[in-house]
Amino acid sequence: MSLALHLPALQVVLPLISAPLAVLLRHGGLAFATVTAAAWTAFACAIGLWLQIGQAEGGVISYAIGNWPPPWGIEYRVDRLASFVLLLVSGMAALVLPWSRASIEREIPRDLHYLYYAMFGLCLTGLLGITITGDAFNIFVFLEISSLSSYVLIALGRDRRALTAAYQYLIMGSIGATFIVIGIGFLYLMTGTLNLADMALRIREVENTRPVLVALAFLTVGISLKLALFPLHQWLPSAYTYAPSAVTAFLAATATKVSVYVLIRFYFTVFGESLVFDKLPLPQIMLWLSLIAMFGASAIAIFQDNLKRLFAYSSVGQVGYITLGLSFDSVNGLTASIVHLFNHGIAKGAIFLLIGGLVIGMAKAGAVPPAPTFDRLAGLAKRMPLTSFGIVIGGLSLIGVPGTVGFVSKWYLIVAALEKDQFWLVGAILLSSLLAVAYVWRFVEVAYFRAPPVGQEARCEAPLALLLPAWLLVIATIWFGLDTSLTVGSALDAAQQMVKSGR
Amino acid sequence: MALSVLMLMRMRNLFAVIVLFGIYSFLMATVLVALDAVDVAMTEAAVGAGVSTVLLLGALHLCKSREAKPAHRPWLPLAVALSTGLVLVYGAMGLPDFADPLSPIHRHVVPRYLQNEVQVPNVVTAVLASFRGYDTLGETTVVFTAGVGIIALLRRRKKPVAVGCAETLFALYVQFHGDFGPGGGFQAGVIVAAAMVFHALIFGADTARRVVPDWLVETMLAAGVLLYAGVGVAGLLLGGNFLDYFVLDVDPVHGQHRGIFWVEVGVATTVSGVMLKIFYMFASRDDANGESEQ
Repeated sequence: MSLALHLPALQVVLPLISAPLAVLLRHGGLAFATVTAAAWTAFACAIGLWLQIGQAEGGVISYAIGNWPPPWGIEYRVDRLASFVLLLVSGMAALVLPWSRASIEREIPRDLHYLYYAMFGLCLTGLLGITITGDAFNIFVFLEISSLSSYVLIALGRDRRALTAAYQYLIMGSIGATFIVIGIGFLYLMTGTLNLADMALRIREVENTRPVLVALAFLTVGISLKLALFPLHQWLPSAYTYAPSAVTAFLAATATKVSVYVLIRFYFTVFGESLVFDKLPLPQIMLWLSLIAMFGASAIAIFQDNLKRLFAYSSVGQVGYITLGLSFDSVNGLTASIVHLFNHGIAKGAIFLLIGGLVIGMAKAGAVPPAPTFDRLAGLAKRMPLTSFGIVIGGLSLIGVPGTVGFVSKWYLIVAALEKDQFWLVGAILLSSLLAVAYVWRFVEVAYFRAPPVGQEARCEAPLALLLPAWLLVIATIWFGLDTSLTVGSALDAAQQMVKSGR
Repeated sequence: MALSVLMLMRMRNLFAVIVLFGIYSFLMATVLVALDAVDVAMTEAAVGAGVSTVLLLGALHLCKSREAKPAHRPWLPLAVALSTGLVLVYGAMGLPDFADPLSPIHRHVVPRYLQNEVQVPNVVTAVLASFRGYDTLGETTVVFTAGVGIIALLRRRKKPVAVGCAETLFALYVQFHGDFGPGGGFQAGVIVAAAMVFHALIFGADTARRVVPDWLVETMLAAGVLLYAGVGVAGLLLGGNFLDYFVLDVDPVHGQHRGIFWVEVGVATTVSGVMLKIFYMFASRDDANGESEQ
């Protein structure tokens, strides 16, 4: 057997196998080793697939699971976009898992550690499975795996409110999943196939029928719930605030991003542009919801007292930029969305990892880490210079300052807006960035310009095991802000592939 | 069915709600028989009416049996639910007629499924365990995730009310998933677990624990998924694709049978493990409460 041929299967199956193994081993350390090894191999697989895509015919790798040819069997289908998202998801897992070893020590009771790793492995499996599959029902199955495991991961948070947050997410997430499965059901009834590529061909015959339009509506609402598009975002702030730090960082960097990927997949691959963007006023709806998210959520973020919650609302706002890119229905708009999906993933991942290190650094040895509220953060820059500086760089990226990844995304958004002669949108993008300036400034002001509370002037920088992965991501936000060949290159490739396949 | 759902909504007594829920499941099972889906009907009866009723009653034991009056009238949710329903009806009106042999689902992939290349008595099994076997692996993983999730959440929570809610949710989840559940293995697993649960109900949970101890149940959860994935990897090692049953034997059809058999064993192991685990978690929760109250 040639390993290279089976990379698509191994990509998902290795993390999947690692989860039950972790449960069987019943030991925190061994479970950690198993799942981390699986995450690293998954990352290696993603890099391998990435390299293979360059040489593959038509830029697509297809893998027939069970050797049943599609559409009869389930197909794994990797194109530029899928491979890009796989890189992000597996890379974040490979980074967050070693980080979490030091952090859950303080946040999760010891006898649950092996279960935490198993759940993490399952969540990774689910997200990778959604990304790589070329089959509509298979998306739903892996969506269930990732959702169910993320509910549990969130509920593992020490704060009692974590359970309520997970419950809220469970209800909203289940509604979303049901909507998605209804949408897929309608599509299956009308096209007779579950394979996405096959569906895309067959849907043209039934383009104007009611069930297809209803399927589109259900899929849009269901996926929007999952990606926290503005009015459907209520589950996100609490979930991010009360989840264990490692979980927040991983989910913030990957989960909503994979949902965006599913939306792009359905819009561009399955429905093609003609239907989505002509028959229903979806671009307009998307545009306005994105704008509300960009302004509304960012404004709410300014008034938060808990740093985690502040950046959680900022995530809702940033999702607005991603969907704004989609609403342009152009190669540049889609490029902006895909680039921002990656860029925001690493910037938010960095910020949440740093906040995780921050709360652990602040806690006394052995104590439960406190919530990172602003009154506890006064004078933080003196106590934790590296952590504070990292958060500021991440914040600069959220604002979109040149030299950080955030700038690259906003640049392409503005290019896409100019292309459509929407000058007022350029103004809106810049204005909403000012709101980001406001909430990042709140942190800067408290951390750098306020005196630390009496008796707490001592240095208490987070441990190196927590700082190192976080700073890797911080450096990545600058690196990819300066050298855009990987991110923009692949996003542009992916966007062209998607738009071409739609026409 | 409509009547029992309407009653469900009006009821404030949760005990009656659970009983009605069971009745609803039985009615649903008869509908499924009418649709010629006997296997799904069996699952619905065993899971919906049997196991989840037991689980819900267990949860009820931990909280009050009367629902609190809602703080405000739920007009907005009602409007959302109604409009969703209307959209659904709007879409469904355009669908091909029920059982129309010319509708797209019967003309595209299904003819090949019906040729029965795999040569098993039940075509549905071939689709679930072979053609779309990977989905079934995914579903088994979902059940496994639910099981591990329960262990992770319940082992640490001390407050009975929160636990009661969590357990109810998982019971509902199992019920919800029973309908999507894969072929023979799922039913077998459920029925094995149901047998154990009823045994435990009659003779006490401790007797059941002696027959099937906790560590064994936890091992079962994981072993089933591993077995299923292992069959897939065996396909890889023997030179085929992942989950390729053709290469499991010299004779491809025989290889298919072998693959399906082991995969179903995997599903049954995980499913019965999870069901038992949920039940055990309940039973021990009950003991702990009893002690703390004394």
